[in-house]
Amino acid sequence: MLLKNVLVRLITTAITLFGVAVVVFVLVRVAPGNPIAMMLPPGATPEDIANLSALYGFDKSIFEQFVIWLGGVLRGDFGTSITLRQPVAELVLGRLPATLELSTMALFIALGLGGTVAVIGARKRDTATEVGLDLTSGAVLSIPDFLWGLIFVLLFGVLWPILSISGRIDPRIEFDFTTNFYIFEGLIRGRFDVVMSTLSHMLMPAMSLALPLAAMIAQLLKQNLKEVLNQDYTTLARVRGFSETSVILREALRNAALPTLALVGVQFTFLIGGTVIVERLFAFEGLGNMAIDAVINRDLPLIQGIVLLFAALFTVINLLVDLSYTLLNPRLRHG
Amino acid sequence: MTKTTDFTRRGFLGTSAAVTAFFASGVPLSAQSAGDLTIAYNVPVQSWDPTTGPAAVNPALQSVYLAVFDRYVGQAPDLSFTPSLLTEWGFNDDKTKISLTVREGVKWHNGDDFTPEDVVWSLERASNPDTGNPMQFVWSKIGNFTIDGNVITGDVLEFEPALFKWMAFLTGHILPKKYYEEVGSEGFEKAPIGTGPYMVDAFEQGAYVRLKAFPDYWGDAPAFETVTIKFVSDSASRVAEIESGNSDVTSNIPYEEYDRLIAKDGLSGQAVPVTDIGMIFLNDIDVMLDKNVRLAAHHAIDKKLIIDRLLRGYGVPLATLEAPGYAAYDDSITFEYDPEKAVELLAASGFSVENPVTFKIQTTRGFKPKDYEMIQAIVGLWRKVGIEAEIEVYEIAKHYELRAADTLAPAAFYNWGNSIGDPSTSTGFAMFGPSPHAVWDSADLMDKIGPLFVEADENARIQGYKDVSRYIAEEGYVIPLLQYVMPIVYNSSLDLTPYTSGDLLPQAISKA
Repeated sequence: MLLKNVLVRLITTAITLFGVAVVVFVLVRVAPGNPIAMMLPPGATPEDIANLSALYGFDKSIFEQFVIWLGGVLRGDFGTSITLRQPVAELVLGRLPATLELSTMALFIALGLGGTVAVIGARKRDTATEVGLDLTSGAVLSIPDFLWGLIFVLLFGVLWPILSISGRIDPRIEFDFTTNFYIFEGLIRGRFDVVMSTLSHMLMPAMSLALPLAAMIAQLLKQNLKEVLNQDYTTLARVRGFSETSVILREALRNAALPTLALVGVQFTFLIGGTVIVERLFAFEGLGNMAIDAVINRDLPLIQGIVLLFAALFTVINLLVDLSYTLLNPRLRHG
Repeated sequence: MTKTTDFTRRGFLGTSAAVTAFFASGVPLSAQSAGDLTIAYNVPVQSWDPTTGPAAVNPALQSVYLAVFDRYVGQAPDLSFTPSLLTEWGFNDDKTKISLTVREGVKWHNGDDFTPEDVVWSLERASNPDTGNPMQFVWSKIGNFTIDGNVITGDVLEFEPALFKWMAFLTGHILPKKYYEEVGSEGFEKAPIGTGPYMVDAFEQGAYVRLKAFPDYWGDAPAFETVTIKFVSDSASRVAEIESGNSDVTSNIPYEEYDRLIAKDGLSGQAVPVTDIGMIFLNDIDVMLDKNVRLAAHHAIDKKLIIDRLLRGYGVPLATLEAPGYAAYDDSITFEYDPEKAVELLAASGFSVENPVTFKIQTTRGFKPKDYEMIQAIVGLWRKVGIEAEIEVYEIAKHYELRAADTLAPAAFYNWGNSIGDPSTSTGFAMFGPSPHAVWDSADLMDKIGPLFVEADENARIQGYKDVSRYIAEEGYVIPLLQYVMPIVYNSSLDLTPYTSGDLLPQAISKA
């Protein structure tokens, strides 16, 4: 049953990606602004415009362009970036690790912070502490990620400069990366200067992305914990001599976490989407930053590649969340 | 027995302190170290071929390119032209041939000798439409090169008066024939070499480029052994970079921040007028066909007030598309702020405050400093004299497309760069109807500008453009607003030479 579900999801994923490809391909071509107009120098003649259009293949109909592009995609060739003059697949896959590392770090921070606050809130339920935490969560949630970014830049970049403001690693560090997963590779190869520098660069953008999600997790998980803590089995645990914190961590948390897991799955995709602005602010060389440049420069092949990769990421993450939800929930697992 | 887990305040604080110490102790945050320079730059290098693709015609990238590559002809801070890889250049008397003398004793970064063959190959490659050089229309006007020693001669296929000025501007870089043919386009992107004062040591797309001084550079040795250029697109982050000491130099920040930063100890600044002007294109459609409306729209704008209030005084009011320092700048051409005259002109066409003339004005928002705010202020000034303009905000990409299709609104804000200061690349292409960049297409203007594109007498050509500029001002075919000022902030331990072209060259920065 599980295998069948996975197969069905994979087929629908392929159909979704094809739909996204069609929509994006058409949209970027009918939207105002074209790359040839962007690169016309003073004095360019109509013949120059025609030459450049032909060079980049924009002299053909949208349908013809799509067929050519799709043929390339099926062979693994996503075209060449107009501005960066490199294969799109190479570019987006080269940037993907940065965005994934950032998003993952943000997710872990959000889970850690949100989970901690939720547990404390549940532990201190119906007290002033809970009210204070609720108010704080509400305030944190109401501030968008990019504003958190600016606040962090001011606090930890300028006033108390302990973290790096821009980039992904100190340019002075000599390290030949093979995977572009800086933290992972730095750890594996024992280069802790690389790990520390990467963390120093990543902490502010990751925190900016994490805080709103952490507030969301805190509120939802705390509510679920409070409900579970009224169940008979948690009462039984208390009777058996467990402390309240132990009851929460050992008995209540697993069941209360299921709805939060679903939320985290959905929010993780939004979190990846949120990297676009935050990466720009921190000059973090991920997919989001590249996406903004691609849009500004009307680099159509690159826009298509990035959007398609984002779409693939979203569908894969949703699939993984659904699968893990099924595995963790006994009712679904055996149903 | 069950082990209990409790959170303690002391534990939390201890962990926090450890984390802080972890980052504070191990990570070098200060930019300054002996022989190193860090620049927070606003535009990322997209490609390392400075002669093809969109990056090649992006003026903002020229600063980085000029650190690595040399052009045929150099340019001094005041826009004057200087020897570079060519030591002499010129047309023959009847303008049918060109002669180029190639500098000797120059090395490429890989140790190869720089040769006249590199120059010819670069020129021929630039003129080949298949290579995607956007300036091919310039380079295709010369050809049939022959080499004799270090002198190259070539035929003029079509006379271009500004040919040698173009050799100091976009796509005017010389690339290494032998190396490029060996490694190909992709190989060159990954390991570019030039003859410039710095070699590319490390490059992270979208993040930074680290440059090392080239020991065999033919010119003066640069002051810094290592230059790191961080690509920081967000202006708030660039401000934080310089304020925190993470970077030594930055530019193109808001004027408010410039004033604040240079008041701080340890930071200095220079704000210099650059070859970039703000203007309002008028399209020869609808109400803009009425000369009274055009002139009234121009007379109603208090440019000095806008510069003082919105740009904190950082700007130079302009009456033509030629700025001070350009070859055809004529300070006798003025255009007064005169709202009473604007009212009179509009009244002559039947318009008043009660019965205003209406049209649309398009503008970008945030593409240039205070662009949208300037247009808002102008619309406010217009309203006082009887002009009701509706503002439409669009992206710069849409502006380019609309302008190429000649479908801009009756009025459209834009900025026009002209790093070589030649009138053909400002008044010429901006106002000559058949150009894809021109918006005003009247025959009278085409008749006046057309012959100047092929005028062989340089004095007559420059005077011709001055006359055209005066005519344009009298007819109100365009509304020039101001010359922009580029703010540069840097560590006070540095000395910096600003360039009117807007370039921020690492080799022009030294220790104070």
